Amino acid sequence: MPLKYSAEEIYETAKVLTTENFDIRTATLGINLLPCVSDDFEKLRKNVEKKILGVAKDLVNKANKVEAKYGVPIINKRITITPASLVLESCFTGDAKEDGKKCVEFAKLLDKIAQKLKIDFIGGFGGFAEKGLTYADQILIESLPEVMAQTERVCAFYNLATSKAGINMRAVAKFGQVVHQISKKTEKAIGCAKLVVFANAVSDNPFMAGGFHGPQEADAVINIGISGPGVVRKTIEKNRKDLDLDKLANAIKQVAFKITRAGELIGREVAKEIGVKFGIVDVSLAPTTKVGDSVAKILEAMGLEKVGTHGTTAALYLLTDAVKKGGVMASQSIGGLSGAFIAISEDIGMVESAKEKVLNIDKLEAMTSVCSVGLDMIAIPGNTKTTTIAGIIADELAIGVSNHKTTGVRIIPVPGKKAGDYVKWGGLLGETIIMPVHKESSDEFIWRKGQIPPPITSFRN
Amino acid sequence: MINKKIKEKDLAIITVIGKDRTGIVAQVSQALFEEGANIEDISQTIMEGNFVMAMLVDIKSAKKDIKALRVKLEKLGEKIGQVIQIQSEKIFESMHRV
Repeated sequence: MPLKYSAEEIYETAKVLTTENFDIRTATLGINLLPCVSDDFEKLRKNVEKKILGVAKDLVNKANKVEAKYGVPIINKRITITPASLVLESCFTGDAKEDGKKCVEFAKLLDKIAQKLKIDFIGGFGGFAEKGLTYADQILIESLPEVMAQTERVCAFYNLATSKAGINMRAVAKFGQVVHQISKKTEKAIGCAKLVVFANAVSDNPFMAGGFHGPQEADAVINIGISGPGVVRKTIEKNRKDLDLDKLANAIKQVAFKITRAGELIGREVAKEIGVKFGIVDVSLAPTTKVGDSVAKILEAMGLEKVGTHGTTAALYLLTDAVKKGGVMASQSIGGLSGAFIAISEDIGMVESAKEKVLNIDKLEAMTSVCSVGLDMIAIPGNTKTTTIAGIIADELAIGVSNHKTTGVRIIPVPGKKAGDYVKWGGLLGETIIMPVHKESSDEFIWRKGQIPPPITSFRN
Repeated sequence: MINKKIKEKDLAIITVIGKDRTGIVAQVSQALFEEGANIEDISQTIMEGNFVMAMLVDIKSAKKDIKALRVKLEKLGEKIGQVIQIQSEKIFESMHRV
């Protein structure tokens, strides 16, 4: 049987897989916990433990097996669950203190399960509060600082806004305080790195910290997050420096197509091995702390001296759009966030630019209106007012609500640090400079609370 | 009948990238022979100044699985100063054929 591929195709593939850091960033197993619900907390705990250990027992083994077969690394294996507020609601008795304890106990159970399964993060400790807060939401949100203090691997999220409902400003104000409390309760405020608040959160997001298994999903699903910032950067660098931007967009689209196809092949195989449904491919350029994995460096390769300078939003728009188009052409199962992530502490290029004060929160906010996530892994001074944090969250959610897209905030006020100081978390979370925030108060606006109405464009019936 | 036979194969592509020198084909072929992998086709060319050799192999009746073959080939690559990779043919098909 003859070789069907040209030397160029074979050479390109070999390079993508070795020197350009293409990887499956995460194989995330979503598990429906609603069948585990009980009004007896002990029974619920037992059900949940049995369920997760049962469905996910082979996740790591099987993913490793597929990784070996294809020689493409599957970096993270993770689990998402049905939002905890929905799972726990039925066992709450109305005694706020006791119910709060149940939240912490439940989170500790999840932590233990993740450890047992050798999984670094388990996501879904959260709920939906875009229009109102149930009793369960209030208890769960109140428990978050303690949950973050007592667990290592549990990731939390809350959806506080949608394009259909608008923005729940009471909840936003509350999260300004919660973020602050978590920062004080966990070492170097690391708990804040495991909490994302969203507008238009998606139920099939395989990436942490904001992943959860939405109630509209099947019982067990494998979602794949693929990533290849290095592959995209090399593609840009390979082309002429004066190549028209439409042609550059096309080149990015083509490479996104290829990596999505390879990712889907591997994702389907992982799902088959575990014996669950294949969900979606999230084609996202996600940075890691490795030099080759920087999204900032992609934007700079397009011709910007430093990410954050004028032209950055346009370049990021081109990049995100081309990645989406290539991905959608490649697979009928594109989902999750799909686009480009601009996490700061996890991206060497972003940190460099922030150090030189080219990149600031205001520019980042503008950038999030054209990329797939939001203000991500941004460290701010520890003494930032809770209303200022709430204001930052509200701004970001407004971008999502108005543009019918997902936006999130993962912001970290680091106690004892001021603007210009440096914080190192190490590992996946990286390190960054503390960014300044505006000193002027947002107090009166935030304390109005209430609901910011949805945009007119959401009234389509 | 022919189609059925093709389906039964477990195809992989081996790429050898490095500086051109004598004996590369011989040594890689020898290693594959030792493991019972059957070479179906070979092509070689120069790309971006690199010697690139691609081999289509059937590892259906090989003594080792692809993971173990990869380890062996990588070691051989280090010895002869080439980067040697082995990948499932499916990856190439997914990336390059619509």
